[in-house]
Formats: sequence, structure tokens, C-alpha cells
Amino acid sequence: MSAPGRLPRWADLGLLPIVSLLAALAASAAIIAIVGESPWVALRLMAAGAFGSQEAAGYTLYYATNFIFTGLAVAVAFHAGLFNIGCEGQAYVGGLGVGLVCLGLDHHWPFWAILPVAMCAAAGFGAAWAFIPAWLQARRGSHIVITTIMFNFIASALMTYLLVEVLIKPGQQSPETREFASAACLPSLSALLGRLGLNVSASPLNLAFLFALAAAAFVWVFIWHTRWGYELRTVGQNPSAAVYAGISPPRMMLIAMLLSGALAGGLGLNEVMGVQHRLLLDFPGGAGFVGIAVALMGRNHPVGIFLAAVLFGALYQGGSQLSFDLPRINRDMVVVIQGLVILACGALENLFRTPLAALFARWRHPGEGE
Amino acid sequence: MHPASLPAPARLAALTAMLALLPLAAAGDFLPAIVYDFGGKFDRSFNQSASEGAERFKKETGIAFREFEITNAAQREQVMTQFARRGVAIIVAVGFTQASAVEKVAKEFPAVKFTIIDGTVDLPNVQSVNFREQESSFLCGMLAALASKTGRVGFVGGMDIPLIRKFALGYRAGAQYVNPGIEVFENMTGTTPAAWGDPTKGAELARSQFGRGADVIFHAAGATGIGVMQAARDEGRFSIGCDSNQNYLHPGSVLTSAVKRVDVAVYRAFMDAKNGTWQAGPLFLGLAENGVDWALDEHNRPLVTPEMEQRVNQARADIISGKVKVPEYRAP
Repeated sequence: MSAPGRLPRWADLGLLPIVSLLAALAASAAIIAIVGESPWVALRLMAAGAFGSQEAAGYTLYYATNFIFTGLAVAVAFHAGLFNIGCEGQAYVGGLGVGLVCLGLDHHWPFWAILPVAMCAAAGFGAAWAFIPAWLQARRGSHIVITTIMFNFIASALMTYLLVEVLIKPGQQSPETREFASAACLPSLSALLGRLGLNVSASPLNLAFLFALAAAAFVWVFIWHTRWGYELRTVGQNPSAAVYAGISPPRMMLIAMLLSGALAGGLGLNEVMGVQHRLLLDFPGGAGFVGIAVALMGRNHPVGIFLAAVLFGALYQGGSQLSFDLPRINRDMVVVIQGLVILACGALENLFRTPLAALFARWRHPGEGE
Repeated sequence: MHPASLPAPARLAALTAMLALLPLAAAGDFLPAIVYDFGGKFDRSFNQSASEGAERFKKETGIAFREFEITNAAQREQVMTQFARRGVAIIVAVGFTQASAVEKVAKEFPAVKFTIIDGTVDLPNVQSVNFREQESSFLCGMLAALASKTGRVGFVGGMDIPLIRKFALGYRAGAQYVNPGIEVFENMTGTTPAAWGDPTKGAELARSQFGRGADVIFHAAGATGIGVMQAARDEGRFSIGCDSNQNYLHPGSVLTSAVKRVDVAVYRAFMDAKNGTWQAGPLFLGLAENGVDWALDEHNRPLVTPEMEQRVNQARADIISGKVKVPEYRAP
């Protein structure tokens, strides 16, 4: 792919991201020092804040759950050559589906009956929101980047209307629905493990995390071990060749985007059913956009996406802990640190690729090669 | 692959355990805390006003306070729990969006006092402070109608939520109280929280309302309103500020401001908690309690004629005495 020579696979997947990450952390350390805090203390606080206790790790993995869903969503579309920037909106509408199911059924059905319906609603609503941009791209050639961005705005307009006018709990100021009955809440992981006799401190981490892992496994099987996945990748790499192979690119684009939207909708399970237990404004909170960075950093591979999602979860949770404990590092500083990591790992990876590749070339062929 | 796997886990665990156990306040010390909402404490409007109240408390008593600015919804509960766990005496939560988090954490820590601003939580250790924004908006609507020569006035809101409709409804009622035939244009800036921080769009909306003949525009849009006021000055028309007293921004163009004393609410919550006079339950701050008001100072003095002032102050007294009823927006 890249011109100046190839890295061995382990270095490409393992070493390069670590080097990029260390570079980003070094830059962050410099900024923290300029602000007047000790970089060493700050980085340790951040690490401890992200993984130092069961509760901290729970929060980290809870954030990671959202990023796994949206990262997978971006990756699936990317394999078909489509850049889905609409995960935010698809997740928002997916959550609407979950919320409607929970509001409608929570007093009538038991949990085990609500759960599959809610999962179908999350996937179905998310996919439906992706369908129109996908159809416009596949059949009319409207650029998917533009249409999906616009659908994010339409989604938030729709949700604001519904929450302010229709679904709001009567007699309250805040545009939120009522809280779901317990039959419509995903059990937290600490409750689940508690039932098995394991004592884990409480955090928002819930069953949706396991669904996210299952989704990652599903994507791996789908993309690399099914005929559809093969066709999808073929369309992504060369649509003209795909036509000669008897594959219909528009059809595969539609399938990729529907799957992408369905995966993004999974975020709704985590946020609406797992944590907030109600529908409220803006619950995706930018995770749809973080998903793009996660997919880029994870090389569109489920394992990479999982690792990148955990890294971003750690940045979110550790960053919030950092600004809690060191008031001089405010939330905007935390965003700067997160931005540096995205910049180094996503945008600047070729900065380190070239020297690393040269280094490997010299090491492997000392002198002039064989 | 992530930074945290590098240092020894044992050391991490020790550090965290130390941090978690380390109280923020020594035993017996009074430590208040404040949690801002998405706008952040420098939004020149709602959150900033709250921060000013906390700063005033610090200046007068010498007691430091802790603060946190939210960046995502899950942090609210997390941060409040941490404050409560580490010995904070009172937590002030700024903004209606924090209500559900306050409810959860207040149940878990019944010994900690909570004050929520712009929201209502019905628990024995929560004080719910709500402002009667419709009353100050009503007076601003009257002033707008009295100053308007075209018989058309405008309103630019931030995000379309019940709170902002409350402003709009009071404003409209006030304008019609003076001139029943007046035309009131209403625009909301957007449907995402970005609507609170978009001065460019605010200016565009204001220009379009000016183009339709409005000559006074009231904003209730946070930082977006900065653009509304700028547009009014550029076109030689009037604007009305919101939340903080914004008369000084463009003297000669800002007709008045609908002041909402969030700072007073925060200051009083801290102070009362310190003195042991803090009480849970609902607290409504309107004109009568000096919680909201219209602003008259040297910057807008030349714009307000004595008879305008007299009529508005008459209505102010009538609202306080109950002679004039201001409609209040009710969620459907």
C-alpha cells in the first residue's frame, strides 16, 4: 500500500499504533507541563482513572461499548467503499426505536420478551435511517458523505420534536420521557456477576457490552467468511471488477449501509436501555463521530476496533477523572489530549511508517541485502 | 496497547485506592461543589452567572469550592457521586438536564445536600430552584412594544425546549399587553445543543426578522444571542439581552436585559448550607423575590423614557400583587 517499503504485519498492527500513541502522549505531556501540572502525575491519574479500579474500568468499558458499535458501523460501510458519517443520527434513531419499545411494553411484558424486540427495534430503526442515504447513493449517485451528515441533523430535529412535543413526561421541564419500568432495563454487569456470586462495584457497564462483542464477532464472520462479505469487499475495492464478476454494486451498497445503520443503532441499547432507562436529548453524545476515528485506528478490523474503542473509552473516562482531580486541567484540555491521540494514530501514521519501514529494511538486509 | 497497561497494575490500584479514600475536605471542613452543564462556565450567560455566584461566596467567606464542567451525559452521575463520596457538603447542579442524575445520587447519599437550578427533584435532601422567567420576559415584551415604531417585534430562542418557550410566551404576552395588535416573530435557532453557541446563526435570524419589519428583538439563546445583539447594533435597531445584564455590550442598542439571578441562587445555596439555614424543597424565584428582573442602568437609561419606565414598573408591581397574571408555558 505505502510506497517506501512494507512493515512486517506485527509491526504494522502492533508497533506502529504504540509508537503513534507514545508520540501523542509525549505531546500531551508537554502541554500539561506548560499549563503548570506535572505530566507524570497527570498521566498516572489518567491511567488510574481509566483502569485503576473496578468502577473506573466499568466506565471505560461502558464508553467503549458505544465506540465498538459505531466503529463497527463505520468499518462495514468502509469495506463497501462508503464513508458513513451518519452513525450519530442512526444511533439516535436506533435509540428512539429502543425507547418506543420499552415505553410501550415495559408494564406488560417480561424482560426476556422485551429484549429481542428492543434489539430488533435498535437495528431496524438504525438501518431505516441509513436506508434513504444508501438508496440515494446507490440509485441516484447522491454523495453519501453529504446525505448522511444531513440525516444527522434531520435526526436531531426529529428527536427534539418528539421529546418536546410528544414523548415528554407530562408536567416537567426537561425534554425526557418517563423512566422505564425495571422489566425494560438491561441488567448492569455488576448485577449479573453478583448473581453468579462475584462482587463487582457498580458502574454503567451493562449487558450491551456483551452484545457489542457479539456484534464484533458477527462482523468478522460476515465480512471475511460469507459470500456477501466477499461481494461487499469486492465492490469496495473495485466496483467495475465487481460488475464483471456478476455482483451488483448498488445492491451491495444498500446491504452495507443497512448493516452499518443497524450496528450504529446498537448504541441505543447501551445508552437508552442500559444506562439512562429513558429517552433523552442527545444521548449519542458524539460517539458516532468517535466511531470514525475508532474504525480508522482499528484498521476496519473488529479486533482493532475493539482495542481502539477501549483506548478511546480510557481517554474519555481517564480524561474526566483527570479534570476532576486536577482542576487546572479543564475539560477543553482533555479534548486537546484526545485530539492529539486521534491526530497521531489516525492522520499522522505515515509520519512514523516511513522511518519505521526504513529501519526494518536496514535491519533485515544489513549492508546491501541478499 | 493503551497507556495504562504500561505501569504496574499494583501501583495503579494503590494509587486509585488512595485517591478514592482521600477526602477532598478534612473532617469538619465545609466544602461546597458545583456541577456546570454542557455550556461550560464561560458561556457568558447561564452557567457563567452560576460561577459568579460561587466565586462571590469564595471571596466573601474565603472558602474554596470544587467545580466540574460536563462533557457527556454519563459524567453527571459519576461526578456527583464522587463529590458526595469524598465529603462535599452541598452540590449545586446547574441546569434542568441534571435532574435525573441529582435524583439518583441524592437517593444514594441522603446526608449530602443538593440544589438543582431550573429543575425539580422531589427528595428530602434536594432544593429545587426555579425561576419565573415568564415574568421578566413579560416586562421585556412590554418594553419592546413600547419602543417599537413598526408594531413588529421579534424573539430568537436557542434550542427549542420548554424552558425557552416559557420565555417566548411571557414576552409575547407582555408585548400584547401594551399593544394587542402587535406582531411577534418567533424563531428558534436549532434542535441540538449547538443552538446555544452559534452567534452567526443568531445574527442571520435577527437580520431576517429585521427584514420583515421588526425593530426590537429579544434573545434567549445563550452565546447565540451575542450575534443577535451585534446584528441589532449594525442595523441601528434594538435588542434585549438575557440571563446576565447585557446592557453594557452595545450601549444605545440594547434596550434592556431580562436578568435571571442564577448567581444569587448559587450564592444563597452555598451560604445557607454553610450557616445551617439551607432548606430542601421547591423554591420559586420571580419578580417578588428579586430572582428575575428587567435591567435599567446607565447604558440603557437614554433609551427608556420616564413613561416607559413608569408603565413597566406599574406592571411589575401588578404582577407581584397578582393583579396581572402572566401565562406560563406548560409542557404538553
